[in-house]
Amino acid sequence: MSNHNTFLIKGADLVGAGRQDLLIKDGVLAEVGKAAPKGATVVDADGLVALPGLVDLHTHLREPGREDAETVSTGSAAAAAGGFAAVLAMANTNPVTDTAEAAERVHDLGRACGLVDVQPVGAVSKGLAGESLAELGLMARSRAGVRVFSDDGKCVHDARLMRRALEYVKAFGGVVSQHAQEPRLADGAACCHEGELSGRLGLPGWPGVAEDVIVARDIMLARHTGSRLHIAHVSTAGSVEVIRWAKAQGIAVTAEVTPHHLMLSTSRLDGYDPTYKVNPPLRPDEDIEQLRKALADGTIDAVATDHAPHARHDKEHAFAEAAFGMLGLEQALQVVNTVMVQPGLMTWQQVADAMSVRPAQIAGLAGHGRPLEVGEPANLTLIDPSATVEIDGTQSHSLSRNNPWHGEKLIGQVQATFLRGRATLLDQEVITA
Amino acid sequence: MKHLLSAADLSHDDALQILATAEQMHDVQRREVKKLPVLRGRTIVNLFFEDSTRTRSSFEIAGKWLSADVINVSAKGSSVSKGESLRDTAMTVAAMGVDGLVIRHHASGAPLQVTQWVDAMVVNAGDGTHEHPTQALLDAYTMQQRLGDLAGKRVAIVGDLTHSRVVRSNLILLRTLGADVTLVAPPTLMPSGIADWSAAEGFSYGYDFDEVLPDLDAVMMLRVQKERMSGGYFPTPREYTVGYGLTRDRLRALPDHAVICHPGPMNRGLEITADAADEARSLILDQVSAGVAVRMSVLYHLLGGAES
Repeated sequence: MSNHNTFLIKGADLVGAGRQDLLIKDGVLAEVGKAAPKGATVVDADGLVALPGLVDLHTHLREPGREDAETVSTGSAAAAAGGFAAVLAMANTNPVTDTAEAAERVHDLGRACGLVDVQPVGAVSKGLAGESLAELGLMARSRAGVRVFSDDGKCVHDARLMRRALEYVKAFGGVVSQHAQEPRLADGAACCHEGELSGRLGLPGWPGVAEDVIVARDIMLARHTGSRLHIAHVSTAGSVEVIRWAKAQGIAVTAEVTPHHLMLSTSRLDGYDPTYKVNPPLRPDEDIEQLRKALADGTIDAVATDHAPHARHDKEHAFAEAAFGMLGLEQALQVVNTVMVQPGLMTWQQVADAMSVRPAQIAGLAGHGRPLEVGEPANLTLIDPSATVEIDGTQSHSLSRNNPWHGEKLIGQVQATFLRGRATLLDQEVITA
Repeated sequence: MKHLLSAADLSHDDALQILATAEQMHDVQRREVKKLPVLRGRTIVNLFFEDSTRTRSSFEIAGKWLSADVINVSAKGSSVSKGESLRDTAMTVAAMGVDGLVIRHHASGAPLQVTQWVDAMVVNAGDGTHEHPTQALLDAYTMQQRLGDLAGKRVAIVGDLTHSRVVRSNLILLRTLGADVTLVAPPTLMPSGIADWSAAEGFSYGYDFDEVLPDLDAVMMLRVQKERMSGGYFPTPREYTVGYGLTRDRLRALPDHAVICHPGPMNRGLEITADAADEARSLILDQVSAGVAVRMSVLYHLLGGAES
């Protein structure tokens, strides 16, 4: 009888540093002996790159509340298919994840599904209303062990509330992840990067400066409070400049960028296709170039998907009325390979840092983002870095189809994902427990 | 040309043809029996997601005088709040066997989106703060009646350009017809990215109305909506009028041969002095009467051709 939890991975290129066999046994990476252990499943990884299992700092799983758009289970499958071993589930569900009970429920649904570690993000404010603090400490002490707090979807725009949140989470090593959008400069209607195109299309403008000013303000608050700040989905060159300055000062700020902000420009909005409606909006090429540079030089720490599934009927409205957001889990690594690794902007070690090591550190996930060494938890991802794939958005593990990469040619194909020694994806097939 | 979604859909020849046909339609309009049989058996739905009595009735009369069956469907209010998607609404209406959809929507781009889901011909009757191509056609028509060929004519468009759907269509069409266009507004009411846009397209813009006034052949005054007045776009209505209103003093500075347009409805006393609308140089009532003729021409060109 074959042992389902023993795998011999042959010939994988370990984080781009050279070919080596890997033995997965009892959930950890084990010493490779002279012969394959009896009953081990042999995985031919010739030509594949092995990375530590990916960690996504920014996922929307929609459960509870919008199970027609995504569930913990379908989102987990999409994550496994994309090479992820852990995802942070944003708090803007219905009800909002603003209590210990709500956080534990999301956490437990994830464990029950078992494809990926689902780590809940707690809301900063009760009901995401931006008025008073949610029970941050109780969420932190809960079984879910919440460490990342965010009102994502909304900006914590009240400077005093932001200051208090930053101060308060210091007690348990928490971090506040800010959705930077000054609502007086970019209100809820703002949906297109403010510039020539928004002028011509007659769409409400979302100026980059509405992000920049919050990033700048919060960095000064982080300096003042000595707290950890994380900037979600950085989209502007202005934010990058401010973050670069802050890091040089030693201020504890980290930042993430999404695959779509690394690749898709605002010009996609030309035909009013709501698939490309996202918050913050797609930006011009000048911003994209700076985001890539910042990711490559470490100013931006992490790639995070902002995977945001939406039911068809929430997207098939007039552009200004359609829901914000696009899918990201399944294509994230392909996009990073296509726009960063293949052009020579990033090494695989840097990809491992940006998509696994740093996100795990930021989120405080001890078992993730570990080096591929003997004795470490067997969380890993195998990618074929050279395959060119035309993305078919109709084929997805997500319940939703708002895939901006549909029809796009991307380079790379995730072949396998392992979570604590269990194959959650093998030969591109998701393997449910 | 299958649809009329943007003034940019019109080539120079298309535009001239539509304007020439509009002139013939205008003659029909003056007859006692106004009906032409050209769209008999055709069905046009005026699908209005936003109220506009003026535009809707103008399209309705235009369709009827061409003998089409015209049905008005009001889908007012946000479809989001009603739970029906734009696609569902459009497909439901189209499934009734409609030849043409005349769509007015409070959101930019909605008529263009609808063309992806239905086979019917679509005319944009105003979408959000994007375009209103038939308004531009009727403005050009009335200007042409008074000024002749618009090639080389100098036209200023003045007012709330950020929130106007008329300005984009007029700018595009007037330039297609060879006119020299200047946009005038306070910086807070200019379309975003105006510097790049004007440089790319080769038109001019400015903040000083008085500077351009003496050289104009036509001035088009756009409405400043009440909700902008308290929105911090400019300090007070009084200050706006001093800077950008077509005041008595400015009427004196405007050349005698120049014409005055306003797509309506006017805020008399704010962007336009009470006298201006009623003076001989004003085309404001001509604009309304040309509306039906121009829309007859558009419907004829889009739907009439397929029959023969």
